[in-house]
Amino acid sequence: MMGKRYKQVLFRPLIEENPITLQILGICSALAVTSNLSVTLIMCLALTAVVSFSNLFISIIRKHIPNSVRIIIQMTIIASLVIVVDELLKAYDYETSKKLTVFVGLIITNCIVMGRAETFAMKEKPLISFVDGLANGLGYSLILITVAIVRELFGYGTLMGYELLPLISNGGWYQPNNLLVLPPSSFILIGLMIWAIRTYKKDQIEVNDFNVSPHTTAPDLNKRELNV
Amino acid sequence: MNDSIIKTLVVSFMVCLFCSLIVSYAAVSLRETQNINKLNDQRIKILKTASIYKANIPIEEQFLKLTPKFVNFSSGELFDEYEGFDIDMYDPVYFSKQPKYSTPIPSKEDIAVIKNKENIGKIYLLKNQNNQLEKIILPIRGYGLWGILFGYIAIDSDLNTVRGLEFYAHKETPGLGAEVDNPKWKALWDGKKIYKDEQIQLKVIKGKVDPSNILAEYQVDGLSGATLTSRGVTNMISFWFSDSGYKETLMRLKYDG
Repeated sequence: MMGKRYKQVLFRPLIEENPITLQILGICSALAVTSNLSVTLIMCLALTAVVSFSNLFISIIRKHIPNSVRIIIQMTIIASLVIVVDELLKAYDYETSKKLTVFVGLIITNCIVMGRAETFAMKEKPLISFVDGLANGLGYSLILITVAIVRELFGYGTLMGYELLPLISNGGWYQPNNLLVLPPSSFILIGLMIWAIRTYKKDQIEVNDFNVSPHTTAPDLNKRELNV
Repeated sequence: MNDSIIKTLVVSFMVCLFCSLIVSYAAVSLRETQNINKLNDQRIKILKTASIYKANIPIEEQFLKLTPKFVNFSSGELFDEYEGFDIDMYDPVYFSKQPKYSTPIPSKEDIAVIKNKENIGKIYLLKNQNNQLEKIILPIRGYGLWGILFGYIAIDSDLNTVRGLEFYAHKETPGLGAEVDNPKWKALWDGKKIYKDEQIQLKVIKGKVDPSNILAEYQVDGLSGATLTSRGVTNMISFWFSDSGYKETLMRLKYDG
């Protein structure tokens, strides 16, 4: 019984309840840090570590968090974890931390971390909260890594810095797609992924909030001009 | 019970105390490694500019081959002592922002758009076993399209031939201006000449260099799709090798042998 619950918590956020493609959370870092796969991997690791441990710590003290200041307490814990991760990166992987610039710090404002703390860790036991954080981190990583592979391979012709498609400018045959080099391309890629997932899993399609009345037509401007 | 004022204050205080302890422990215990990383990052770029970087030898050891010198831009003098600053730690870019140690550049002369220049710069000399000058490595910077590019340029002992160029920080467009980091493009600089009859001729041109052109050795291929970045690099060269840059220093080195 317990095992089944853990399995669900661990696997559902990968595709079915993916924080990026279903909840559309945390996409700003998906734009900024996906032009290079090795940088993306470090970012994914950082976010997964932060969301797992913030869930764990918040869950441990959940019964003592006063309701009136719960968001601030969650933020304090998340922010401290992010600073520790940032300091560790600066000390042990300076190259990548230079490329990630402020985006490690911005994990603090990543809605996935806050969202999991508020909806899961505040109610559930520590261990399962940790697993939930881990799973959501992995769901985020799955999308980011896919985007990064497409962007780096077709934008620069490389993967993890190794040249796979030799560029024309380097004497090869591949003309890189410059759109993929720029951040907005991640939006398009994530949009395509959401489309693909929702075609396969129809229950993710949202019900329209309101329907446009079928008989509404745009005012005919030519006619009005004649009247005047 | 949880929402009483006392409990709210106590819990908040405990969380803050605990978190601040962890954060300050991490910051303090890792500071030394971080500083070394920062220093080595610059040193690797300098070694790469001088084309003597080897990945398997400790950076501190490789860096001993280079002799740092303070430089006075207007007299061209090189010296080792400047107001008690440690030459290894002296950062010209930092001091260019300190009013006491820098001078604003008149806008007419400010072709590289850097606004302030440090009064005293720092350069590196690479000497061979016989203590003869082999290369000289000069820090340069200037505005590209989105921001200032920071880099180093290596000059041969003839004090006119470029031997290497590296940028360690810039904000140029990925795939276009950011191609200043492309090794193929950087390799084009090797062997290019700066001055022709004492005038700065070195330029990044539009398109490809025609090898039959008499000025070919003063020209570098432009970065396609990055006209403003290419122009920025040209301006940077024109500024740092002019009288307000290193020209006096290079002249002096030439006459002193």
